[in-house]
Amino acid sequence: MTQPFSDMFGTIIDNTPYMKAIGAYFAGASDDGVTMALPWREDLVGDPETHVIASGVVTALLDNCCGMAVWDKINAFKPVATLDLRIDYMRPALPGHELKVTAKCYKLTRSIGFVRAFAYETTVEDPVAAAQGAFIVTAAKPDAGDVKA
Amino acid sequence: MIEKVMADTRSQQAQAKFDPDAVLKDIPFASFLGVRLELAGDELTAHLPFVPHLIGNPMIPALHGGVIGAFMEITAMAQLKLHGNFDHIPKPIDVNVQYLRSGKPLDTYGRAIVKRIGRTISSVEVSAWQETRQSPIATLQAHFLMD
Repeated sequence: MTQPFSDMFGTIIDNTPYMKAIGAYFAGASDDGVTMALPWREDLVGDPETHVIASGVVTALLDNCCGMAVWDKINAFKPVATLDLRIDYMRPALPGHELKVTAKCYKLTRSIGFVRAFAYETTVEDPVAAAQGAFIVTAAKPDAGDVKA
Repeated sequence: MIEKVMADTRSQQAQAKFDPDAVLKDIPFASFLGVRLELAGDELTAHLPFVPHLIGNPMIPALHGGVIGAFMEITAMAQLKLHGNFDHIPKPIDVNVQYLRSGKPLDTYGRAIVKRIGRTISSVEVSAWQETRQSPIATLQAHFLMD
């Protein structure tokens, strides 16, 4: 059990139907946080005039990456659910460019993970969007409702 | 009084021009999600039929939180479109989503209330539900930039 739980993130993303559907993939974990990436795709466009990717796609990538940042902090699998997510959209994502999201869980209590994330193409210094989220962490108990842990 | 009549006329004109099927047809991502709009009088309901690729957690199984968020954003944009015709698609400035219940592998519905519509900024609230409208699975508050 010396391997970090983030070694599993690639496999987890590849087995998340919606992340597979939009073409998102795990791009690595470091002290700066967990990073995911999403190549630009025509059918994900939100504004046909500008070919900018829909804000809803950025939302999904931010939400997913924030949840993984909580797992990274726990360094184990526990069911994590989004409680709330606030997203500020600073500028349109560049058409034709791959979008990245880096999320970091900066505080973890017994039941809540607090996460901050940025969406960008090249550097977090020039963000497309910023997110702040709170996530509920539940104990992975075999009798926890219908959750198969 | 005249202003009221004019406002009503404007709103009727907007509704007369409002074709629910046409609103989302130009947005590739709305088609990708499979969002449909249903208009009953002046009441707009967005409908997201369930399809397996919208799942986020296959073990529960639950809809992806990002799907629910995106669906509510589209619901808000469509409601703004019903209130007035704009040259461009309203762009979200900030979006706040509260997740209340996990989304089951079922159809999801959404309705939006425009709290304020201004020349530059509009404020919208959305509620999304599945089986019971009184038990929403998520709510959203957002500001949009109108141009």
